[in-house]
Amino acid sequence: MHRLTPGKVVFHVVLLLGVLISLFPFYWLLVMATGTETDIYAYPPRLIPGGHLIDNINTVRDAVNLPLAFLNTVIVAVLTTALTLFFSSLAGFTFARFRFPGRNVLFVLLLLTMALPSQLGTIPSFVIMSELQWVGTLQALIVPGVAGAFGIFWMRQFALGAIPQDLVDAGRVDGCNYWQLYTNVALPLLRPALAFLGIFTFITTWNDYFWPLIVLVNPDVMTLQVALSQLQGVYETDYAAVMAGTLISTLPLIVIFILGARHFIGNIAAGALKA
Amino acid sequence: MTTTDISPAAQPAGTTPGSGLGTIQEPAISALTKFRQRYMAQYIAIAPFYILFAIFGLFPIIFALYLAFQNWDGIAPMEYVGLAQFEYLLTDRLFYDSVLNTLIIWVLSTVPMLAFALVLAFMLNQSIRGKSLYRIGFFIPNVTSIVAIAIVFGSLFGNQFGLINALLRSIGADQIGWLTSDWGIKLTVAAMVIWRWTGYNAIIYLAGLQAIPDDLYDAAKVDGADTWRLFRDITIPLLRPVILFTVITSTIGGLQIFTEPQVLFGDSSGGPGSAGQTMVLYLYDQAFVQNQFGYGAAVGWGIFVVVLAFSIINWRVLNRPAD
Repeated sequence: MHRLTPGKVVFHVVLLLGVLISLFPFYWLLVMATGTETDIYAYPPRLIPGGHLIDNINTVRDAVNLPLAFLNTVIVAVLTTALTLFFSSLAGFTFARFRFPGRNVLFVLLLLTMALPSQLGTIPSFVIMSELQWVGTLQALIVPGVAGAFGIFWMRQFALGAIPQDLVDAGRVDGCNYWQLYTNVALPLLRPALAFLGIFTFITTWNDYFWPLIVLVNPDVMTLQVALSQLQGVYETDYAAVMAGTLISTLPLIVIFILGARHFIGNIAAGALKA
Repeated sequence: MTTTDISPAAQPAGTTPGSGLGTIQEPAISALTKFRQRYMAQYIAIAPFYILFAIFGLFPIIFALYLAFQNWDGIAPMEYVGLAQFEYLLTDRLFYDSVLNTLIIWVLSTVPMLAFALVLAFMLNQSIRGKSLYRIGFFIPNVTSIVAIAIVFGSLFGNQFGLINALLRSIGADQIGWLTSDWGIKLTVAAMVIWRWTGYNAIIYLAGLQAIPDDLYDAAKVDGADTWRLFRDITIPLLRPVILFTVITSTIGGLQIFTEPQVLFGDSSGGPGSAGQTMVLYLYDQAFVQNQFGYGAAVGWGIFVVVLAFSIINWRVLNRPAD
């Protein structure tokens, strides 16, 4: 199967070139984050990493409170992910394995909401947040999305295949109540779907920018993406320091992705093709 | 297929023969109680979505329609202005420019992106080594934040000190005003989109390709078809539904581009000559920089119409039966 024919050599060359282009911006980020500002404006440009990462990180910390932004981002991403997993699996399991009046209509309604344009509601959402006095707070980022239609749809589709009806019925006969069916029968079988949805939600939340930019008006409460864009906007800021900030806010996600790639890559395609 | 009811099998209600007023009430109460016993847990389990959607999804859209008929800076009382915001929108050069910019960037990014993705997926679908490593490598850009990408690309494409122009100079070519000229700005934004989404689309195509039976390729090879013929006559036609999916998602995503130009230029101007001013960036500018909430809402409806129109066109063009 894996014979190396001339055709395959060409494929490998093209694929390697593609990977090189995919990864080069990260290398370049590393080069700039570890150099000095003078290196960045040098010609010919310095092409290998330097030893100034710590200096640059210290400069960033003087300009914005990056540790706090980091903490905020972790709080938002972890809470959003945990709540999304809970609400999506509970609702997905219910749609897949229980009968109740209005089930089909309610599910179709849920699917239809995915077609609604999100930007349209941006201004009113901001107004709602200011009525709730949530502008400038982290719950404005967490609460609106924790029971999203996509997650419930995804969980239902997975539950239909992964949770046998007989098992739910048997649990019922053994006297399990609803909550016990969810925790003892559904959750263990939904694990692969939870892994995918968890990584997906975490990455999306971590990277979210449009809504946080609008609603986080208080400079003391920022997420990493908002803090980074502020750094970039300040002209006096040391460019090498901006790069250092970008590097340390990008790395955790790359690590999480590589660790979870097994659960993630196959599923993102499966999810897309199912939808 | 049977589904489970949560309560024990329903006992027929009111089995004792009716005797007086009291028993007329009783079955009604027990029916309600029974209904609650059987279905309450299910409704509670699915309720969070509907409650949150009503507050943060449906209500904002209705309110957006109301707002578009008002003049409002977000602080002073609203002033009803009828269709004035929409009338202004239809004559607003800046809005039309933002639509045009968005469409140009969308074409510049989507066409090469999907073409590259298709070629990569076709190659990955052959029996070659290192497939999973390639997939990870191609997918990493997609998990990177657009803010970070815009910062790095802003440096790579910098006019004076950017690496790309340094390369151009080193081979004796003219440097390009990536961040100052109209086409330079659009190409830089498109480059970011291509870089972030090619791998994602390749993974989707790969999943579609793996569903095509090998027999088809084998039979065609027996008939003497070369790689290009396999790609053109088997891969493309059978992948049509998947291609349709990626075109639709790329359209919806591409027409909503915001972060790339916003971070690249650090404001809502879209850069020199507003060449990077996209529709959503214009909405952001009108609503949250100029504080024109009413007009911003009207711009939101304008964007909605454009996105809807393009989704329909896409669907029509790509979904007609193959000739």
